[in-house]
Amino acid sequence: MATEIKTYDVVIIGAGLAGLRAALAAHEEGVSVAVLTKVYPVRSHSNAAQGGINAALTDRGDSWEEHAFETVKGGDYLSDQDAVEILAQEAGRDIIALEHMGVIFSRNEEGRLGTRRFGGQQRARTFFVSDFTGQAMLHVLYEQILRAKIPVYDEWFVTSLVHDEDGACAGAVAMDIKTGRLGTFAAKATIMATGGLGRVYEPSTNALICTGDGMALAYRAGAPLMDMEMVQYHPTTLKGKGLLITEAARGEGAYLLNSEGERFMARYAPTMMELASRDVVSRAEQTEILEGRGVNGCVLLDCRHLGKAFILDRLRQIYEEAKTFANIDLTEEPIPVRPGMHYQMGGIKADVDGRCWDPEGQWKGLVGLFAAGETACVSLHGGNRLGANSLLDTIVFGRRAGQCAAEFARTRLAPRLSPAMAEQDHRLIQSIIAREGTGETVAGLRYTMGTTMNRYLSVFRDEEGIETARRVIHELKERWNGVAIKDKGRIFNTGVIAVLELSMMLDCAEAIIHSASIRKESRGAHFRTDYLERDDEGWLKHILLYYRPDGPPEVAYLPVRITRWQPQARVY
Amino acid sequence: MHTILRVRRFNPESPNPAPYDQEYVLDLEPSETVLDGLLKIRETVDDSLTLRCSCRGAICGSCGMRINGHAMLACKTKIVTVAPHGGLIRVEPMSNMPVIKDLVTDMEPFWQKIRQVEPWLQPEGPPPETEYVVPQAAMQHLTGVMACIMCGVCVSDCTVWEVDSTFLGPAALAKAYRFVADPRDAATMRRLLALNQPTGMWDCTRCMECVEVCPKHVAPMDRIMALRAKGMSARVPSTCGSRHAEVFTDIIRQKGRLDEPLLAVKTLGLRNWGRLLSMLPLAIQSFIHRKLPPSGPLHRAIPGIRSIRRIFARVEKRS
Ligand SMILES: Cc1cc2nc3c(=O)[nH]c(=O)nc-3n(C[C@H](O)[C@H](O)[C@H](O)COP(=O)(O)OP(=O)(O)OC[C@H]3O[C@@H](n4cnc5c(N)ncnc54)[C@H](O)[C@@H]3O)c2cc1C
Ligand code: SF4
Ligand code: SF4
Ligand code: FES
Repeated sequence: MATEIKTYDVVIIGAGLAGLRAALAAHEEGVSVAVLTKVYPVRSHSNAAQGGINAALTDRGDSWEEHAFETVKGGDYLSDQDAVEILAQEAGRDIIALEHMGVIFSRNEEGRLGTRRFGGQQRARTFFVSDFTGQAMLHVLYEQILRAKIPVYDEWFVTSLVHDEDGACAGAVAMDIKTGRLGTFAAKATIMATGGLGRVYEPSTNALICTGDGMALAYRAGAPLMDMEMVQYHPTTLKGKGLLITEAARGEGAYLLNSEGERFMARYAPTMMELASRDVVSRAEQTEILEGRGVNGCVLLDCRHLGKAFILDRLRQIYEEAKTFANIDLTEEPIPVRPGMHYQMGGIKADVDGRCWDPEGQWKGLVGLFAAGETACVSLHGGNRLGANSLLDTIVFGRRAGQCAAEFARTRLAPRLSPAMAEQDHRLIQSIIAREGTGETVAGLRYTMGTTMNRYLSVFRDEEGIETARRVIHELKERWNGVAIKDKGRIFNTGVIAVLELSMMLDCAEAIIHSASIRKESRGAHFRTDYLERDDEGWLKHILLYYRPDGPPEVAYLPVRITRWQPQARVY
Repeated sequence: MHTILRVRRFNPESPNPAPYDQEYVLDLEPSETVLDGLLKIRETVDDSLTLRCSCRGAICGSCGMRINGHAMLACKTKIVTVAPHGGLIRVEPMSNMPVIKDLVTDMEPFWQKIRQVEPWLQPEGPPPETEYVVPQAAMQHLTGVMACIMCGVCVSDCTVWEVDSTFLGPAALAKAYRFVADPRDAATMRRLLALNQPTGMWDCTRCMECVEVCPKHVAPMDRIMALRAKGMSARVPSTCGSRHAEVFTDIIRQKGRLDEPLLAVKTLGLRNWGRLLSMLPLAIQSFIHRKLPPSGPLHRAIPGIRSIRRIFARVEKRS
């Protein structure tokens, strides 16, 4: 089956904050750019970010070193400190650039940018737009894409990355969801910005589209995944579907109470209380719940003392969310919350310019591929991400990846791809559509995967649980071959997409499990009840996994890059 | 709770594609949403049912559809609110846009209108060293419009778009307002002039539909009215729409109630012979049916006209 080939200098997969920021940066460098996305850009999951974005504005007396240190400490010293320094130093400039593009950041009395406080930080350095910061940023970046007239292929689902004769990444194959046809995109540089993998877990705060596609696609194509065991549980999610209550609630002063009405964080983090880092707060909550001081498997988040006017002004979205989805009036009642899967700190290994290969040759990768945003692991967040650092990650490293990809593209010739590149994906899709039902469904398999991961690879882990999960996922991968769908058409076949996404999620789940089984210590979000201590002697290093189709992944290690902050005990 | 979802289906690839209804009987909690119901159908009964959805939290704008005749977000619509005692719920794709398959509409007409208003900030000159210094009140005010998630629900139910698909529509006009009201934007006059054209801000009939259905309280119609006010105070050249508003106010000030024939004549302009002649048959018809309201000198001021004028004076003093 021959497909049309479209050629660009830089192709960006993903239209969330990272993808759009990268697209603008590459466009400004003067190369030709296209964006592929499986949903309309403004539907991307970045719009769910409620709380805000961190930056130390040094011209107002904040210190970038302090932001950097708190990021490193929050990450339990697994962050690469050179990357964190870049993040903290460039943050201010990038926030101002966003403001110039039109983001309506909240102001102070003088009409200058105002801030609020977030977890794991001493100082208020989180910039925000009411409580829909991510949405406000995403829509403005999309406005800029429209201004720049950058082509966006929306509702195109990327099914694989392609290689040129030398084995470098040369673009991608994607399906136009509206027609079901495949197309090949040839690119001198490809940027992966596909976001997180939340749906590997059930429940999760993440949207239904967060299926880890980019991680699986890059992994299968030869790029290593790094620190995949580091999965963040957010301390305040709703029971049921796992919707998030933003950390801004605690940042603005809300308390956490147990069934005895006690502000229990005083026992776990006497100084920072509710604003200790997320792994710490989530473990504290889970401990309260396990020791019988929970309320129906939850603890209580109390906003009442903040007052109605304040809540409606600064926390309007969660006020409405609590009303709609939990039937609770935040101004009158505390709301039950519990730790829930939220964010993947690990991802496609990328350097500070987004490159997924190492020009110095310390580690292998995939030449021509770049990654940014939640799908990447520049290793900023280490073992635990600070709230409001992820939006910053997408903006700073999205821009850097876009700039570097453009520069790289200028040194390359356009890859010559054969129209048969899409053949394999075409056959796979045809075979999925043709499958006769064996009773296996996407929903059934995904639910088993999600609840298994949520049980064994969550706040507390141990060897037995991890091995159980490994067996379950292995079995699910077998059963995946029997999943059939009813829709036999080509146009907008969401069934096919769900089957493909499920296979990507299973690969991600396997990577998480494998990494978690290797790391025999407790660090950040990876807390092992059979190895209670952090072990800097043995484990101050990153775990890299290389995909092997017929067996367990190949494992490699990289030392953590330490510039100025030697590991210390972590107290909040 | 025993619930029947009657879903409008459409498969463009079937041998003779025509929309049809399919009923699914489900047991749903009252607190569950219509989206929960549809996903349950997909997961347990029929995975060919096609819809868009992602965030489940009224944030991404994917799941706009008509539920019992009105457009809304399926993920924000609880079963209890649309079927308090269980029973039948009708689910159809949004209106005013072509249907691709089942509940999925082609949003291109929506985006085309959004693009038409040049939806990006257009400041004057190079940006300052640091941020633009603007009052928090202005930014706070804009959060009301920036809350728009581009779901298309308002466009689906807009009564003008239904008869005239060239109308910019509530979402694009609200988006335009977002820039006109942004103190950092310097293209205000150009924007207002563009919006002043036919199919622009004067074409809304103020039916309120968009205000009622918008899941994010953007109140597009109010933004359109604010645009009109800005247009008039910026003295964009008068159009039928703006003259209509001016003449309307004038007549009320004079008489305390509407003089419709005068309004029509003055709005069109006394020298606009063509349009005036075209209204003659309507006037004659109305006269024959004794529907022509008294006009001109026959149209007397109401008894309380003094207090009406006082209201005018007060309002005008305040603005
Ligand atoms: C509820 C919630 C609240 C949050 N709040 C905050 C906060 O307050 N502050 C903060 O800093 N962080 C927050 N985060 C985290 C942050 O929002 C995300 O990590 C970040 O937005 C990810 O952005 P991204 O650009 O990497 O990916 P996304 O925004 O997820 O975008 C991914 C893009 O990839 C595309 N894509 C994926 N797969 C494919 C494929 N196969 N083919 C084609 N396209 C594909 C999608 O269409 C989409 O456009 C929050 C996260 C959640 C879940
Ligand atoms: S008020 Fe105006 S814009 Fe809104 S639905 Fe009615 S006609 Fe359309
Ligand atoms: S104005 Fe409201 S209804 Fe219209 S697109 Fe925006 S959010 Fe949706
Ligand atoms: S699923 Fe996102 S708005 Fe309904």
